[in-house]
Amino acid sequence: MNLSPEDVKHIALLARVRLDDSEVERLSEQLSSILDHFAALAAVDTEGVEPTAHPLPLANVMREDSVSPSLPREDVLRNAPATEDGYIRVRAVLE
Amino acid sequence: MTATATRYETIIGLEVHVQLLTNSKMFCSCAADYSGAEPNTHVCPVCLGAPGVLPVINERAIELISLTGLALHCSIAPFSKFDRKNYPYPDLPKGYQISQYDLPICAGGYLDVVTADGPRRVGITRIHMEEDTGRLLHRVDPVTGEGYSLIDLNRAGAPLMEIVSEPDIRTPAEAREYLVRLRQILRYIGVSTANMEDGQMRCDANISLRPVGQAEFGAKVEVKNMNSFRAVHDALVFEELRQAEALDRGERIPQETRGWVDDRAVTVSQRTKEEASDYRYFPEPDLPPLRFNEAYLESLRASLPELPEAKRNRFLALGLSDHEAETLVETRDRAEFFEALKARIGGDEQRATKLAANWVLGEVGRWANETGQNLADLPATPEKLAKLIQMAEEGAITAAAAKEVFSAVAESGEDPATVVEKRGLATISGDDELTAVVRDAIAGNAQAVADYHAGKESAIKFLVGQVMRATRGRADPQKATDLLAAELDSK
Ligand SMILES: [Zn+2]
Repeated sequence: MNLSPEDVKHIALLARVRLDDSEVERLSEQLSSILDHFAALAAVDTEGVEPTAHPLPLANVMREDSVSPSLPREDVLRNAPATEDGYIRVRAVLE
Repeated sequence: MTATATRYETIIGLEVHVQLLTNSKMFCSCAADYSGAEPNTHVCPVCLGAPGVLPVINERAIELISLTGLALHCSIAPFSKFDRKNYPYPDLPKGYQISQYDLPICAGGYLDVVTADGPRRVGITRIHMEEDTGRLLHRVDPVTGEGYSLIDLNRAGAPLMEIVSEPDIRTPAEAREYLVRLRQILRYIGVSTANMEDGQMRCDANISLRPVGQAEFGAKVEVKNMNSFRAVHDALVFEELRQAEALDRGERIPQETRGWVDDRAVTVSQRTKEEASDYRYFPEPDLPPLRFNEAYLESLRASLPELPEAKRNRFLALGLSDHEAETLVETRDRAEFFEALKARIGGDEQRATKLAANWVLGEVGRWANETGQNLADLPATPEKLAKLIQMAEEGAITAAAAKEVFSAVAESGEDPATVVEKRGLATISGDDELTAVVRDAIAGNAQAVADYHAGKESAIKFLVGQVMRATRGRADPQKATDLLAAELDSK
């Protein structure tokens, strides 16, 4: 399977990764070869097999609706790029 | 609007997001009620999207969405799962939203609305569960003049259900009616406060026009940013006209998202990121799927209260008018107060129905409007109010006195009989006492007496008024009229 440079640029944009032209070229090849590995799966006949929603044979794993304390705000904001009045401050987000 | 209606048919579908009334968030134990909280104080490693943490489904949220599905005649999927919606905005720090894609919990229901052309059944395509996003505030740096955004993650991860209607709605008024009925049901079953103004209920609308008689739909415009029922209605009226005029000019309507600008009363095209719809859904690996068995659904069905429509029909069968029945069932607490009062009054059912309806739609409703309180908190309980009504019915107090007693009981919660006693509000029963008041009224109002003898019948009404005033409403008006007539005619 061949990923075009446009595909790679689109994926990079979705992943918020900035790539220069040589990286786009290199990743086109590398990502294409990864997809080739997955192509082996596509060869398996899955006719009549239920889609798998989850790899483990579990269902209805739920918790009671009870409240426990949240983090102190200093900890919440610790990894924020910038803060203002208790908010996380980021570059303008397009609505 | 009527002019466009002859050329084009309007097709509207609504997507309504509703916050659920749970204690904790959807996938973590942070408190779900963040109203009035300082920003970023209801946040934990799970809703902060810290590495290595795992979400766990809130079972109450699943109950509430299932109840909603049952109330809206949906089928509840025996098997359902969550999916990851990849989404690059910082209002969800994980970089994705846990939502549902192809196997929503509820599907295939309906909601009946009453329209100008009679009843209409609006299909419910699906109801799915997801997590709410954080709140973004947009600011401008006063020094650099550059825009920036502030994030509050208190709302991030709060349980949110999305109710998607079929494109069965034909007018902005029907859209509004659909929302009113939907909110009523959500409040009856107690799954949400469903206030649009506070964002607990949010509505996006899809609207397109097609020439009358054409089968395929026109290009769909999605309208957002409407924060009230009125805004939804007005935005759809605006869009209907805008699209009709464009079509009249031979233009094509582009498929796009538009935002309602409330203070300008227009919709404007919103720039959307090209890749925004590239959500790359895939099954959420952190959450095992859900399986619902019949016993679980049966227990939920049993816990559903009587819904407004059933109540309305029952009230109509009791002999109440459309308007009375509609007003009584508007809120669940009003309907329940009415039924409790009717039961306490007892006796002949029609009479009890009439009396209870009059009081609930009259004094009781006034109290609720004036105090803004829930009827469950009214100190004049159905039991006390029934006693008061009984006294009025027996003639122990007059209608005017009954209102005064109600005000006092609504304030203090005292027994009505005690209030009547303490305030001396019992109807004047002895003819002697009333005759004395009647004679005073005649003696003090020579002009009215002269008018009466000159044949002006209405003069007696004035005199009755004088008697009522002198007795502070404690006289039986009919008796006062009779005594006045007797006294006047004997002269
Ligand atoms: Zn949390």
